[in-house]
Amino acid sequence: MSTEQEEASIRCLVAKVGLDGHDRGAHVISRAFRDAGFEVIYSGLHNAPEEIVQAAVQEDVDVLGISILSGAHDTLVPKIMDGLAEYGAKEDTLVLVGGVIPEEDRPALESAGVAQIFGPGTSIEETISFVRENAPER
Amino acid sequence: MSGASDAAGAGGHEELLEDLLAGEHRALARVISKIEDRAPGYRDLVSDLYAHTGGADVIGITGSPGAGKSTLVDKLAETYRDRGETVGIIAIDPSSPFTGGAVLGDRIRMASTVGDMDVFVRSMSARGTLGGLSTATADAVKAMDAFGKDKVIIETVGAGQNEIDIVRTADTVAVLVPPGSGDDIQTLKAGILEIADVFVVNKADRDGADRTVQELEEMIHLGEGTSTGGTGHHGVDGMAAAETTTDAADTGNWSPPIVETVATTGEGIEAFLEELAAHRGFLESTGTRTELARKRHAEEIRTLLRADVNSLLEAELERTGGIDALADAVRTGETDPYSIADAVLEPLEACLAEVDLNLERSSETEGGGGSERDISNSTLGRDDPSQ
Repeated sequence: MSTEQEEASIRCLVAKVGLDGHDRGAHVISRAFRDAGFEVIYSGLHNAPEEIVQAAVQEDVDVLGISILSGAHDTLVPKIMDGLAEYGAKEDTLVLVGGVIPEEDRPALESAGVAQIFGPGTSIEETISFVRENAPER
Repeated sequence: MSGASDAAGAGGHEELLEDLLAGEHRALARVISKIEDRAPGYRDLVSDLYAHTGGADVIGITGSPGAGKSTLVDKLAETYRDRGETVGIIAIDPSSPFTGGAVLGDRIRMASTVGDMDVFVRSMSARGTLGGLSTATADAVKAMDAFGKDKVIIETVGAGQNEIDIVRTADTVAVLVPPGSGDDIQTLKAGILEIADVFVVNKADRDGADRTVQELEEMIHLGEGTSTGGTGHHGVDGMAAAETTTDAADTGNWSPPIVETVATTGEGIEAFLEELAAHRGFLESTGTRTELARKRHAEEIRTLLRADVNSLLEAELERTGGIDALADAVRTGETDPYSIADAVLEPLEACLAEVDLNLERSSETEGGGGSERDISNSTLGRDDPSQ
């Protein structure tokens, strides 16, 4: 395991879509993912849906974690899902949403293809084990 | 799990290659993943890529953390795009030696080209060891080259030997030196400064930039004094040096120019581009490019062989009960590492003696086909007239 550590590693894109002004949560999750041995690509604040799609496709990530607090999830997240589909990347990308998502908005996101929604208070361990169990086999 | 990706499995690599050559971004992304993962069949894939490479200019950019590499690369890509050229970027960040995890954050600073798929940014981490990263990087460059990118930029932190190997896969290497990065002794130390074809003093609007430029100039001129011919101080555009082709084998005749830039505003980018083009011209007019390509391919072959022999030995060690038992034997004084190494290598040496003969034989009867050794020979043959 030590010398030949060139095995497939779980690649995640952590992205902040829209106008949220702070990304502490995204930093925390990025670091936790890193410590779990994942490769994390963090794309910074204020990403447009197209940017996230571009990054997810180019980086060929297994997991896309979208962080959103602004309340615009119901328009922005489906745009990302459509973009992924356009490049044939929707099927085998595990999409997670983290942030403040009201209960009534969840079904729409899930039917758009979001695998799991993590609200406030979710433990890091829970998120990591979800990723480990559900990251797509390629 | 799903259909699309299964096609990329063992048998489907022709399809993946076709998609890549047809310009599908997802196929390019997938090929690079296979390269990084050392996925089954990746070698065949890379082998097939070679026939389609040679068109791209490969530029390496290195420098200490915080020197402004990503911002400069972003501006560089933007300028190339304005000129109608397509760009591939490989951004390398370190990974944790403990967990293997990494945070790859260079994308954040590459905002100018957002939404433009013709700038293909790929982040890689130092996942492997023992030359693994430089092999993977070189192979990823091949993928981008075959895809049809005009310029491929490799960006990496210049911290040690590993990084030097990586930037060596580039035709032209730019080293970023931030102002005030140490006294003049720093510039004498061995390391990344030696590999520079172009120096960039980024953040040139800061205090101390002039001094840094001056120190670099002194260092370059010192180097010229001690090197073979001493092509004089034509320096800056270096084209004058192209006339004297005495020592084209290394870049001895090229005197690295110093460019001042402010990447955040784009100041000095045009001048930087000109120097990159000038170096490219130098490589071509002196034949250094051919020489460089030959060296690079030689290094690729060596690295590949080293890695293969290494995994061969690892497997052998595993088969004979693992390295721990051997280490214990050393600890208890039964034997010593040298004796073990000799014992493990002995049969390998015996085998190699035979393989050697095989290689010779099949190169004599070239074109005769038949032996599996021909594969490596044809690769060797293709290296020589390197584009």
